[in-house]
Amino acid sequence: MIPYLVKRLLEMIPTLLGITILSFLIIHLAPGKPTDVLTEMNPKITPEARERLEKYYGLDKPVYTQYGLWLKRIVKFDFGESFSTDRRPVIEKIWDTKQPLMERRLFITFVINALSMLLIFLIAIPIGVFSATHQGSFSDKVTTVTVFVGFATPGFWLALLLMMLFGIHLGWLPISGLKSMDYNTLSVFGKIWDRAEHLILPVFISSFGGLAGLSRFMRGSMLEVIRQDYITVARAKGLHENTVVYRHALRNALLPIITLLGLAVPGLIGGSVIFENIFGIPGMGQLFYMSVMTRDYPLVMGILTIGAFLTLLGNLLADIGYMLTDPRIRAK
Amino acid sequence: MNGRMKKSPLKMYWKRLRQNKLAFIGGVMVLVLFLVAAFASIFSPYDPNEIDRHNILNPPSFTHPLGTDELGRDIMSRMVWGSRISLAVGFVAVGIATLIGILLGSLAGYYGGWAERIIMRFIDIMLSIPTFFLILAVIAFIGPSIWNIMVIIGLTSWMGVARLVRAEFLTLKEREYVLAARALGVSDLMIILKHIMVNSMAPVFVSAILGVASAILVESALSFLGLGVQPPTPSWGNILTSGKDNIEIAWWLSVFPGLAILITVMSYNLFGEGLRDAIDPRLWGTEEQ
Repeated sequence: MIPYLVKRLLEMIPTLLGITILSFLIIHLAPGKPTDVLTEMNPKITPEARERLEKYYGLDKPVYTQYGLWLKRIVKFDFGESFSTDRRPVIEKIWDTKQPLMERRLFITFVINALSMLLIFLIAIPIGVFSATHQGSFSDKVTTVTVFVGFATPGFWLALLLMMLFGIHLGWLPISGLKSMDYNTLSVFGKIWDRAEHLILPVFISSFGGLAGLSRFMRGSMLEVIRQDYITVARAKGLHENTVVYRHALRNALLPIITLLGLAVPGLIGGSVIFENIFGIPGMGQLFYMSVMTRDYPLVMGILTIGAFLTLLGNLLADIGYMLTDPRIRAK
Repeated sequence: MNGRMKKSPLKMYWKRLRQNKLAFIGGVMVLVLFLVAAFASIFSPYDPNEIDRHNILNPPSFTHPLGTDELGRDIMSRMVWGSRISLAVGFVAVGIATLIGILLGSLAGYYGGWAERIIMRFIDIMLSIPTFFLILAVIAFIGPSIWNIMVIIGLTSWMGVARLVRAEFLTLKEREYVLAARALGVSDLMIILKHIMVNSMAPVFVSAILGVASAILVESALSFLGLGVQPPTPSWGNILTSGKDNIEIAWWLSVFPGLAILITVMSYNLFGEGLRDAIDPRLWGTEEQ
């Protein structure tokens, strides 16, 4: 098991390097020099200051030296300074150590994505199992159709509809931000409820796409397993149907789902741009959107790189989870 | 098998596709959407960009069946013209993705070795970058426009096709007729093009149709964020942006364009999945629900 893990970690190195090369090349897509935007936004900048800046980014050196310098800096999480007026280091904007944990952008995005992942698994797996064990029944057909419609529903549109229904029409849920204006005056329980209320719609929307996909996949995986000979054997020896389904079938059907967990990470992270923008959530996705709108290149690159790292981490965790659950790999 | 195999495969596909009602409806819807986009001027009651100060944010009525937006423009007309954008982006992006996917997939599958290793690693890298982040980052550098997003969506969505083509090549290249062709001294290029490629195209076609659906979704999300098709050009995504801005007073701005996206994406998905079942020989002769 340990050699397998080490092999996986080593395999990640070329992928990591590839990601950084690709990200680095994107910087050079911009017409002119990346620092042109800065001069555009601040016309008063002196030629000397501009030159200093170009030195800082190594723009006077050949491309491969620039890449080396950039790589050396991002290993230390130094993504440079933001182009915005506050000129703060990029990493500080994403992970501000001066703020409490709950207010840091990356943490907010992480919590919402983790909750979504949890919700996806709690809902999608039972739906998939139910559909598969009741194949062809009326409720299987209803869930299949619902899942199919869900698959085609743009998440941001659903967000608008739910905001209209629950936020404006019924007035049950807040539609923006992470806490109310009067948050500080609330009791401890009130504070918890206030945060939970603000999270309901964003978490539901961010898990929505995954819900449809995973329950469909779970149904397929379960159907595949139920057809296997060992399930017939389990039934033939007189085991209770529940034991067959939950002990013999489900465990095996879950294995491919764990891999899917890793594959779901990029979708969730990418989706955070959209739902954080709609619900006004001060997370990393919103920061990314703002940085794209203002062409704040260092910030764009910083968040893109961190997003890719997180995805790789998700894949690795999924691999470890797979290893822990699949005795065939554990034995190797 | 026996007697039925004498029919041409295309006739078989057609027959099976017709039997699958949902897939058939999907196919008809895809056709209808094409016609609407092709004859946009006939289907739209107004000029999509005509500003009417006297009819701002009108709810649906007989004169404006789907209402008007904050500039008094007719939403139905804007949606009809917007369907052109969706289809154009969908097809160009998928065209690019499919070409890249076929090229890299066949190289990897046919030659194997280091070519395969490099290509598969490249696919891994592309898959580990959150695609939506990548698209947004590139837009930050080259600016939003319909051409840019077509190309970017295409360049970031070829990985599935490449994997599919590689897998097809891996199995097909071991077939006896391919070995026979090689023994006869047919060149690699000819074997790839005439003997393997043609036989692996059916699943690629299916994945392309499903790809159109997801490209349409991505385009609408980008336009919704203001980073895709730029106003005043109408697209379903940017009509939804004004829906969001007027969410408290104008429900019709949010409801209709989203419904159009939903129906379009679902039609392509139904058609694509039905086609997949129709061309899957393992399902021939079985009559599933």
